Amino acid sequence: MNGMDSTLPLGRIAAAGRPRRRALHGSELAWSLAFVLPYAALFVAFAVYPILYALWMGARPSLYAALLDDPRYIRAAINTVVFAGLAVNLQMALALMLSGFFARPRRWIKLLLVIFLLPWTLPAAPAYLSFHWMLVTEQGLPDRLLAILFGIQGPFWLGSGPLALACDITASVWKWMPLWTLILLGGRMAIPQDLYDAAAIDGATAWQRFTRVTVPLLANLYLISALISAVWTFGDYTPVLFVSGGGPAFASAVVSTLGFSYAFDLSRPALGVAAGLSVLPVLLPILILLLRALRRTEVRL
Amino acid sequence: MTAALAPSRPGRRPLHRLRRLAIETGSVALGAVIAVWSLLPIYNMFLIALDRFGHDEFSGRLWPLHPTLGVFVAVLRESADDVRQFWHQFANSLFIGVVVTVATVMVGSLAAFAIGRMRVVREATLTGTALLIYAIPASTLIIPFIRIMKIYGLSDNLWAVIAADVTFATPYAVLVLQYYAKLIPTELDDAARIDGASIPQIYLRIYLPLMAPALAAVGTYAMLYAWNDYFYQYMLLMSERHTTIAVALEQFFDDDDAPYNYMMAIAILYSLPPIATFYALRRFMATGLTAGGTKG
Repeated sequence: MNGMDSTLPLGRIAAAGRPRRRALHGSELAWSLAFVLPYAALFVAFAVYPILYALWMGARPSLYAALLDDPRYIRAAINTVVFAGLAVNLQMALALMLSGFFARPRRWIKLLLVIFLLPWTLPAAPAYLSFHWMLVTEQGLPDRLLAILFGIQGPFWLGSGPLALACDITASVWKWMPLWTLILLGGRMAIPQDLYDAAAIDGATAWQRFTRVTVPLLANLYLISALISAVWTFGDYTPVLFVSGGGPAFASAVVSTLGFSYAFDLSRPALGVAAGLSVLPVLLPILILLLRALRRTEVRL
Repeated sequence: MTAALAPSRPGRRPLHRLRRLAIETGSVALGAVIAVWSLLPIYNMFLIALDRFGHDEFSGRLWPLHPTLGVFVAVLRESADDVRQFWHQFANSLFIGVVVTVATVMVGSLAAFAIGRMRVVREATLTGTALLIYAIPASTLIIPFIRIMKIYGLSDNLWAVIAADVTFATPYAVLVLQYYAKLIPTELDDAARIDGASIPQIYLRIYLPLMAPALAAVGTYAMLYAWNDYFYQYMLLMSERHTTIAVALEQFFDDDDAPYNYMMAIAILYSLPPIATFYALRRFMATGLTAGGTKG
């Protein structure tokens, strides 16, 4: 709240009693409302209504008792936490390191960045399908490379739950790490070079420059990115659906793919919605943290 | 400090050079790993698509034995049974992508202008409600969505997909536009207003031109979003007339006897528009994505 006041010119704050909103009158108010109307209408018709509908569908407590009775659901709930937890932290930590690598002023590194961003620009379904075909047999490209480089036989990638889930996590990191690297790279570039120069003059080592200059200045951007990534990854079913297909026998299923299975294979849509809603206790705190982090950024604007 | 460091320099030089060399070698090695990591699944798509018979990916070969563009030609000419509808499906995908992009930019910029510049609604209210849509995963919302589309009379209609995509893409777009708009002084609006400019004039003549980079970023984001989504298309579109490329790929996936080489050729062709858009607008993209964060 206070953040918004600080973004306004001081003169206006002094002049008006309530600086946050200048009172709108007549045609200005009418136009402003007309401008918000398409967004508001869309939001009510295609966001609020489906959300309320979903809450209504998944309101019966007996649905959650049925979920807890299903060992596949317990497995999927654990898988969801493992999948999102590992995928988010891996891609963010790697993105932080790689953003340092891509910040190096070399021509070939700029060209490499173009290649590195390809996975993110590729549509998800075809990319994950390619992962599936690489891993589904014992003669795919990764197996071939392992045999040539190290002379070992690759495992049966999608044959067991944990390994199949690891493949899904790898595919998700492959797809989304470039986005966060790009964002953190932008953040690094915005740090004034003087700060590093001053630190160097004071005798700071490269590691100290990283922990004392880069880390504190990137912290909020990193936190916001990690939280957004967490929100997206918790609901992201595509890697699991395409790479491992949730198999073998639901061993690598996550809550959302199991939800589909309830809704469309077993024709129990309410149970499917309930499975999806059951991630809310984890997702809501993340959203609240995100909201706070975004507000903090405004304060410093 | 500088003075103290200077004399020790000449003595350290060989060691310094060795360290330099180690860093350069290390970064080249890391670069090689990054290139292989990024390109392996993409190369695999080509490996399958360049093979006329579609067995190479299962025979443990690193190169296709007889690489040929025959599969691509067959797709583009719709001359094989599985790809008779290719251009029709491609046109449907393109229609969805273009309309979602234009609509997201329009709806998003109008709302961001009214909220950020005119302050018709409190900004915190906006952020809160915008994030509300991410509280329930899109994968769960699809179930009520199918029923609601029936109520709206939009079953098996491209506009149902467009409405869903715009709804999911706009909140993020408004947030990015909000942050970027703070870089533009509001005094510009005030000056124009004193000169007698109406609200639509301020929006069209001042806001939109100054926001151009952010609009390009948000448009690209919306386009990538529409192109990435296949599940809403798969669930909301049923008839052959409304099939998109994403739905066709999903149908290939469901069919065990599907020709993988055709599937991968279609996937590669389908990937070209977003890649082209992204690299054409890349400069703006970085601006928009980091506009909010770097100020922190």
